[in-house]
Order: sequence, then C-alpha cells, then structure tokens
Amino acid sequence: MTNEEKYTKAFMQAFDIDAENVRTLEFQAIPAWDSVGHMGLVAALEEAFDIMLEPDDIVDMSSFARGKELLAKYGITF
Amino acid sequence: MTLEELFRIPPYGLVASEKERALSEILYGLTLLHYERCPEYGRILDLLGFDPSVRHACAELPFLPVRLFKTYDLCSIPRERIVKTLTSSGTSGQAVSKIFLDADTVRNQSKTLNEIISSFIGKQRLPLLLLDTEMLKKDRSMYSARGAGIIGFSIFGRNTVYALDADMRIDMEKVTAFCERHQAEPILMFGYTYMIWQFVVRALEESGQKFALKNAVLFHIGGWKKLKEQAVDALEFNHRVRSVLGNVKVYNYYGMAEQLGSVFVECEYGHMHCSNYSDVIIRRPADFSVAGRGERGLIELLSALPASYPGHVLLTEDEGELLGTDDCLCGRLGRYFRIHGRIKSAELRGCSDTYERR
Repeated sequence: MTNEEKYTKAFMQAFDIDAENVRTLEFQAIPAWDSVGHMGLVAALEEAFDIMLEPDDIVDMSSFARGKELLAKYGITF
Repeated sequence: MTLEELFRIPPYGLVASEKERALSEILYGLTLLHYERCPEYGRILDLLGFDPSVRHACAELPFLPVRLFKTYDLCSIPRERIVKTLTSSGTSGQAVSKIFLDADTVRNQSKTLNEIISSFIGKQRLPLLLLDTEMLKKDRSMYSARGAGIIGFSIFGRNTVYALDADMRIDMEKVTAFCERHQAEPILMFGYTYMIWQFVVRALEESGQKFALKNAVLFHIGGWKKLKEQAVDALEFNHRVRSVLGNVKVYNYYGMAEQLGSVFVECEYGHMHCSNYSDVIIRRPADFSVAGRGERGLIELLSALPASYPGHVLLTEDEGELLGTDDCLCGRLGRYFRIHGRIKSAELRGCSDTYERR
C-alpha cells in the first residue's frame, strides 16, 4: 500500500466515509470529525504509519491536506 | 498583537506592560466583534454607554456575569457555523450554561491548552490514566464541560486508559495492568478534583488498596466546595493522593466552561498563574472597583479565545485575591492569585465535576 492509500484509509476508517469525500475534508466539517473523532483519527494515523504525533501536530491537523504536510516531519512523504 | 502571534511566544513570557498591550488589543477586537454580531451583547454595551470602537484598558472593558449564559443564548456566529454547544453540567435542577463554539474557537482552545500544559510537562506524549469513567460517546453535539475537559486533555496522552467503570468504581485489573505496562516511564493522570477524592483516594483508603507509581504527574480541575466541607485543603489532598497512588506531582488548575482552554495552573509555590491568553482582575463587590494586591474580591476573568460567543470578559461568582505580578518565585511572568471559593450569596453552582448519585 502506498502512503497515499494508507493515509486515505485512516481517514475513511476514523470517520466511516468514502474515499471521494475524504480529500477536501476539514476539522468539524462533518459531525464525525469533532474533538472525539479527532483522537480516533490520530490513533488511526499512528497505527498506519507506526509513529507518535506530538501534541502540537495533533492540534494543527485541521484538514486532510494539512495532515499530509505535518506527516513530512515524521519522514512520511506523498 | 494577534492571537496567532501569541501562539508563537512562551505562554508565561510577557511582562505586565507588554501583556496589557497585547491583551487589550485582542480584547478590543473581540469586544467590537461581539458588539456587531451578538444582538444581546450589543444592547448591553449600548445600555452601559460603552463605545466599543475606542481602545480601552483591559480593566475598563464591560464584564458579563457568568450566569447570563444560563438565562440567554449568547452567540456571535450564524447557527450553521456552530459545531459544538457546550453545556456546563451544573448541579441538577438548575439551569445550565450554553456556550456556542465554532471550529476556529475549538481549535484555539486546544492550541492554548496545549501551550499551557506542555510548558509544565514537555512536548512528549505520556501514557495517560484518566481518573474518570468512559462516557459521552453518544450525543456528541451536546457535550458537557466534564466530557470536554477529558477530551481536551487527551492530546497529551497515549495508550489512554479510563480508571473508573460505569459505576464509578476503580477497575483494579485495568489500572494495575496499565501501571505494570508503563512502570519504567513517567505517567500522566487527569481528573476532576472531587471525583478523584471520592472515587480514587477515599475508595482506595477504604478498601486498603494502594498503587506505587514511581513517576507520575496529575492535573486536576474542579471545585473545592465539597472538600472544604470535609476540611480538606490542597496540602491534605496532595498528601492523600500520594499516599494511595505513590510518587505523584500534583497540579491543580482552574478554569470555566465559559472560557475553555485559557486555564490557570497552580505552580510549585501554590499560586494560580495567568498565562498570556488570560488575565485576572479582582473587583470589590461593593462598587466593582479594582481591588489592590492582597485584597479579597470577586474574580473577573479575561480570555483571548472566545470569538463565537461573548465570553471574553466575565465576572465569576468566585472570591479571590491578587498575590502579585511578574514576581512569583517559580519564574513565570504574569499575575498570580489565590481562589477562596464561591461567594456566599451566589447560586449553588456545580462545576464540570458534578456527579449526582442516582
């Protein structure tokens, strides 16, 4: 699986949505991505890439697009 | 200075004059914004003859009594932008506060809490033991302050475990497994003051069981009313926590559902500290003038965060006193103060740790 696929799959699992709705997604844009859902997303991403995000990055992860930028810090490129 | 600029500097790093300049600028912007967007707030300012288009010192800004959020829906954003309606759980049978949040305010609350708490524990995430019960997975759009506090704190944790079961009993098996698994590393704990006392400290004392944590940090928040009735003060609380849990560094902090995020943490010297994101003003109850250092009065709280509801300048029903500014021995800049508890004539007001026995 490519990083792009892993990343997309983590979002799909965390919020129970389809791939085509994932790419433009933002924090709080759907009911599932609230503060509770956010921690679920963090767990899904950490498991998928075997990393541990810093609190700063957890707070900063405000959209599908922003999350990709943040993961670069952990050596994950797309 | 803007809020975004504040996020780039250490949270206890502004001397009084810089702090006043930064905060008064942000609060000026918020006052104007709420004046224009929240009709009720606008009417209050008009009635007071306050001109929001003019810059004022922080202490000159009109303050709203916190209980106003119980009687009115005070909101500065269109309904469709509300992502959360936070309710302070309150003692049962009483009206609850309703706080309307948009995505930006929620995010700024998390960022602020992150800046403040990580200045105490560092940026790494620690194994987290929540001294509470797992709940609020159901209706997430209406969530209580208690639940919000727990979720908000979760960003500092990993391998998170809830210590209490649905009946508020310690899950000994789960907690023991957690402690064993993480015995070689520092552990983080979070909970509400009274619930920790009742369901952890007292419960363990009564059952005669103990844990022997080697290196743990506990953050707790919530009212002291019921503890005071049992003549338990902070020293006694910390001592009894350590006697049942082991080597725990205890940090008490203060905050309101009406100003989530910009919390006040008690330092190693027992002083509550204002961060860059908040401030405290003590007012004389007789005429609401600003009280001097060491003089008891009503606590007014300022927060740079509330942009979706007019909660940036609030008069609480708590009594306190200013202890000093920029000169605490712990080295943190800003005002520091002491809380004496709810004023006597105030309505009985629950905190986010309200737990009613059924």
